[in-house]
Amino acid sequence: MLTNSPPASAAAADTDLALDGIVRRFGEVTALAGIDLAVHRGELVTILGPSGSGKTTLLKIIAGFELPDEGVVRLKGEDITFAPPAKRGIGMVFQNYALFPHLTVERNVAFPLEMRSVPRAEIRERVAAVLQLVGLADLSARLPRELSGGQQQRVALARAVVFDPGLLLLDEPFGALDRKLREQMQLEVKRLQRRLGLTALFVTHDQEEALVLSDRIAVMSAGRIEQLGTPEEIYAHPVNWFVADFVGESNLFRGRLAVDDAGRPFALMESGMRINVPQSPFAEGSEVGVLVRPERPRLVAGGQQADNVVRGRVVEVIYVGESVKYRLRIDDAHDLLVRWPFRERGGTLNGGDDVTVGWSVSDVHLVAVP
Amino acid sequence: MTALTSTHGSAPMRRARRSEHAGPLAFASLPLAFLLLLFLFPVARLMLLSVEGGTFANYERALTDGLYVRVLLGTLEIGLYVSAICLVLGYPVAHFLATASRRWATIGFVFLLLPFWTSLLVRTYAWMVLLGRNGVVNRLLLETGVIREPLPLLYNTAGVLIGMVHVLLPFMVFPIYSIMRRVDGGLLLAAEGLGATPWKIFVRIYLPLTLPGVLAGMTLVFILSIGFYITPALLGGGRVLMIAVLIEKQVREFLDWGFASALSMVLLAAALVVYAAFRRLLRSDLQWS
Repeated sequence: MLTNSPPASAAAADTDLALDGIVRRFGEVTALAGIDLAVHRGELVTILGPSGSGKTTLLKIIAGFELPDEGVVRLKGEDITFAPPAKRGIGMVFQNYALFPHLTVERNVAFPLEMRSVPRAEIRERVAAVLQLVGLADLSARLPRELSGGQQQRVALARAVVFDPGLLLLDEPFGALDRKLREQMQLEVKRLQRRLGLTALFVTHDQEEALVLSDRIAVMSAGRIEQLGTPEEIYAHPVNWFVADFVGESNLFRGRLAVDDAGRPFALMESGMRINVPQSPFAEGSEVGVLVRPERPRLVAGGQQADNVVRGRVVEVIYVGESVKYRLRIDDAHDLLVRWPFRERGGTLNGGDDVTVGWSVSDVHLVAVP
Repeated sequence: MTALTSTHGSAPMRRARRSEHAGPLAFASLPLAFLLLLFLFPVARLMLLSVEGGTFANYERALTDGLYVRVLLGTLEIGLYVSAICLVLGYPVAHFLATASRRWATIGFVFLLLPFWTSLLVRTYAWMVLLGRNGVVNRLLLETGVIREPLPLLYNTAGVLIGMVHVLLPFMVFPIYSIMRRVDGGLLLAAEGLGATPWKIFVRIYLPLTLPGVLAGMTLVFILSIGFYITPALLGGGRVLMIAVLIEKQVREFLDWGFASALSMVLLAAALVVYAAFRRLLRSDLQWS
């Protein structure tokens, strides 16, 4: 496993959550094959992975709803691997919010405090404060079903943070919201987490969401963490084919590494197409994945130079508001996806247009082929 | 009026909407006619019988005569006991059925429904065999030395309660079961994660969420129990008088149809009052669902 941070077992003083060699098997299936992860105080780490990658099982193990077959879970230095969920002091926001339908907003938020036998007056104070914080002070007497999806989400969030949890867990909490509301809530959650200085672990399959929210992202696949790093690292320098493909949009071509007469490396595709690539630890002759993010290629006018220049025909135009995506057919076997801000010259291309695009070798990232 | 029509769609649309109900109505018309003919009509006839001769004397007697008032109150009391015992026994059973694996749930349902495959009369006689002075239960307890003297289990209130609870338990279990099936298990996990002990989860979350089922089951069992006849007649041995037993006596022994129907009407009224009361409770409780 490649990571961009020290291993979790080296429990630093500011590590709030430490996972050490977590393994979980269901019969023949290994859902988690040794997970190491350290989440630092005040940090928001996202577990990003497709369904079936084991991220939900991992979340359940941290929350205590499931027990690992091997490994240790530590929260603020304390071994909680087998502690019952009620004793862990973890605030959790569920996918469907799990608000108690028979209790008002106020009573929902008061619930964790009541369970901790906090004095009544203090409960009232703290509930009022947190409802103020999430902007629901006026709706405290409502029942959950009388709230919109976004408001329910806020109640769930308020309920999860009102008792100063040692860790905030968020299980795909934005799935049910429409896009605009989702983006708004993402930023709100992030602000709240910052403001309260909460350590948070967020689980999602939505890579865009992960890139927006996270301090660090752990990309999971088949029960392993494939890569752990900042959103920038994950996006620009994915460690393998899976991460390159799963995070962000990508042009990912399979080719064989070669070196030209001047000693410059290039990748040769089966179709004969050649892409100049940066120096890399991959050996000459090895098969590699060539990653070019769609925003990297530029339109090249006659006579302009670039490390890589290809001619292509526009076969698809996709408007995404602030930018436009074009699918360019660059040879019989390959399409190149490019994305340009709408106002640029590229904004006026039509299907069938012939264009020349270019990009530099530094825009290319190589990954191993699975 | 014009404003109303414009917000509620055009006349043809409304007609089309209304005709949507025509299908189900036609579908239900035969059973509805059946109910009308065989239930509402006899009830109306009975009602008329009770005030035959234009006098309320039958009602006066039913509501003032010490014996009948006592029996009526006793009937309601037994109904209350039966529903309470059914609740205490039925709630855990319903919970088991709602949460057990498919296999165990099926086995549970078979046991729950088994009694329905035999007639009420046979079941009641079976209880007489079990509960008598020399019955299976007493002999077992005597032989194992748990008791010295046979317990009085038959021809008294205890026997009636045992028999009625046995018959009515499924009517408590099913409404509770169906509500329990709809409780989102995620809520219980959430409560646990938020620091609730199992007991707190039950009292604060599970019980309130299943209360509509409890109220529905209580209503059903109570109303059914106050009209019971065979079980109290046989297991009570004439010593436990319930109103249905008295009504039968009026008809069979005294041929006093007028008084019998007045007693029936009082019973019906009691059932309706209880039903309305539970409905109110149920509605106020269902606000959130």
